[in-house]
Amino acid sequence: MRDSVWKILRFLRPLIAVSAGLAAGLLVTALAGENPLHVLAILGRSAFGSRYDFGMTLFYATPLIFTGLSVALAFHAGLFNIGAEGQLTLGALAAATVGICFPGVPAVIAPFLAGLAAFAAGALWGAIPGWLRARRGSHEVINTIMMNFIAVGLSSWVTLYLLKNPDSQNPETQAVAPSYLIKHLDFFGDAPLSIALFVALAAVVAIWIFLSKSTRGFELRSVGQSEGAARAAGISVGRMQILAMALAGGLAGLVGVSEVLGNATRFKVGFSPEYGFMGIAVALLGRSRPLGVLGAALLFGALHKGTADLDMETENITRDLSLILQGLVILSVAADGLWAWLDRRRSP
Amino acid sequence: MIELKALRKVFGAVVANADVSLKIERGSIHAIIGENGAGKSTAMKMLYGIYPPDSGEIFVEGRLCHWRSPRDAIAAGIGMVHQHFMLAAPYSVFENIVLGVEPLWPAQRQAMREKIKALSAQYGLAVDLDAKIEDLPVGIQQRVEILKLLYQNARILIFDEPTAVLTPQEARNLFANLKKLKSEGKTCILITHKLKEVMEASDQVTIFRAGAVVGEVKTSETSVDELASLMVGRKVSLRAERGAFEAKNVAGGGSKETGPVLRVKNLSLKSSLRDLSFEIAPGEIVGIAGIEGNGQSELLQVLLHPKEYHKKMSGEVSWLGVPSLSGSKTLSNSEIRALGVGCVPEDRHQEAVLLKRPALESFLLGFQRRSRFKKSVFIDSSRLAQAAAEAFESFDIRPRDPALEMSKFSGGNQQKLVIAREFEFSPRALIAAHPTRGVDVGAIEFIHAQILKARAKGLGVLLVSSELDEILALSDRVLVIYEGRIVGEFKHEEFSTGQVTEMDLGRCMTGVAK
Repeated sequence: MRDSVWKILRFLRPLIAVSAGLAAGLLVTALAGENPLHVLAILGRSAFGSRYDFGMTLFYATPLIFTGLSVALAFHAGLFNIGAEGQLTLGALAAATVGICFPGVPAVIAPFLAGLAAFAAGALWGAIPGWLRARRGSHEVINTIMMNFIAVGLSSWVTLYLLKNPDSQNPETQAVAPSYLIKHLDFFGDAPLSIALFVALAAVVAIWIFLSKSTRGFELRSVGQSEGAARAAGISVGRMQILAMALAGGLAGLVGVSEVLGNATRFKVGFSPEYGFMGIAVALLGRSRPLGVLGAALLFGALHKGTADLDMETENITRDLSLILQGLVILSVAADGLWAWLDRRRSP
Repeated sequence: MIELKALRKVFGAVVANADVSLKIERGSIHAIIGENGAGKSTAMKMLYGIYPPDSGEIFVEGRLCHWRSPRDAIAAGIGMVHQHFMLAAPYSVFENIVLGVEPLWPAQRQAMREKIKALSAQYGLAVDLDAKIEDLPVGIQQRVEILKLLYQNARILIFDEPTAVLTPQEARNLFANLKKLKSEGKTCILITHKLKEVMEASDQVTIFRAGAVVGEVKTSETSVDELASLMVGRKVSLRAERGAFEAKNVAGGGSKETGPVLRVKNLSLKSSLRDLSFEIAPGEIVGIAGIEGNGQSELLQVLLHPKEYHKKMSGEVSWLGVPSLSGSKTLSNSEIRALGVGCVPEDRHQEAVLLKRPALESFLLGFQRRSRFKKSVFIDSSRLAQAAAEAFESFDIRPRDPALEMSKFSGGNQQKLVIAREFEFSPRALIAAHPTRGVDVGAIEFIHAQILKARAKGLGVLLVSSELDEILALSDRVLVIYEGRIVGEFKHEEFSTGQVTEMDLGRCMTGVAK
């Protein structure tokens, strides 16, 4: 009896974590002088209230699905990919570059070409720290962080000196050729949501199949579970680490599809509100499972959309305070260790 | 005196302790024996406050105790020497002993040192207080653990598998220490499954089986055979019966191979291996005997992973007639395994299984690329499940649940799974490193039988073990390794006829004689 209760609790634990974080966040808004119920209502309405609102939530969630999957996949191989931010930056830049440099490509294949370029650029950016880890033993956490800086610098330079939009003061590239743009989902009104959402959903399914059904995915997970056991089983640990980081980078690179081909039509320096770093929280909350990542990305999308409106719709809640609310939810999710500790005490 | 009354502890669906009652006399050495998973550790962990019992009572020196954590148990005078020592390696012996109650000023430090010195003199536990733990051999580290408990005024000391990490000499020292502790009025509880040690060191024995106490005997009135039967619940043979497994007695026996399964010629690796040459014929078990750290691990690594080491090594190796190391040409580990070379790795937890995953995945590990378990790029899960179910049955792996997390299986069952996996594709050569380390008596017998049965069908085995008994029981030929060299070679017949004794072997292993 007690055990079944425990099982249910364990299953619900992400939900409990989110609720606790949300409760703490609402408490903070109450301290700021707002009625928490009112805040909650705004949050809910703003995230799910209309087709447009829900479209915005999905719009924010889409890149988070990519980056969440990216971080989760690396976790499965025992690696910590903090480089999703750099990978998505270069992925977006690559999509834009292809779209600008090859304007004559027919619309049937153009988005695929640009998507492939986005994936490849991200994959390269992930594979480099993967290679360094596998062959030189230098830690991927440090290297992916470094690669983020390089990506930002590189993309700014390419944008400003090679592909600059001459009609704008902003640091952005020219627009890609129209044949590259992907279909907008009109159902959600003015929300800039495109069929990139379906690409993200397909990625969720693909990664789920890869990890749980495929032989290669099993080898990759084995490396994450125990490098020693994988090595003794004839699996090349280094090769799996490079593969994992390349795939992780490629997934993050696909943000280029939703951002460049589906939304901005061009690469804008600093377009990402740190989707890459939020991907870490998404992967943690989703417990590195593809479906979990999907759920977590939706939650973060909703929070992102909801808190953005809090600023405008309330007297006392500023942008900073809504970030605190978001942060508390993430913090509460990260407190997972407490549960692991409780689990350890219960079983031998 | 300690009394446990009707203790019960359930983990999930597993009843670890059903109804455990036992008494331990003050000032005695009391052995608690049982197979892995019999519940002996669980009972002792309840006594030490790590788990609260679901029901039942614990009395220590007549007082009913409710521990909330080991802290309470320690305060009541109970101490535990864990199998894996709880010492901070970079700290000195003194710092480790006073960890948690560090001295605040010099005079206090001096007083503490005096007290530790007095204890170490009183109990014959000589140790240099200023040595760093990481520089000390494990036998001395264990001594530090004991001193730590004595310093905390422990009157009851629980030893969890204390000899698992010790050399025979260190084990003998430990038993001398236990006797000294006893003569000074301390109570020692020894959790173990090594029956020889029980006979050597203890006064009283409690036998656990399947979560319950099944016997309680005076050591002086029992024998190893009786204890083994009580533990397993049937008669077991402690010596593998090689005769029953000769080729003519096993179905499908008789070798079809002709060339050697492993040929090693002039193999050297930096300073660890020096000019090793030997061969293993089909249907032959070659044992490598030696004190740990004389090159055994390096030999296994080099044989299995020549690609990683080839820059540092020289010589020639071929597996089943295929050169895996010759000149600059090397095979990768997966290529070697694909030839039909099985391996029971040295360190089960680090190298053989995926502890946090369902047992099924550990069963697949290493064979995921075999066509039988593949359907295009996917794992053929139905065939895998079927093969695992059959292996669980034929190797008697308990519980019979391949979906259960690997870490939930006892050590013996984990090892059986590893052996079952390696035998699944009928290897022609097998490296077996410590195949029965940390495995209970019943499973040892079973594993030995499996190896001998496969040998009868032509399997060539390289056996590395720190248990001399095991080497002698299984090997057709024994190579003695000392400082990376083969310093002796003996045939099974020389032992069975008594021409060569264990003492001769021991001298050879320590480099004294050839």
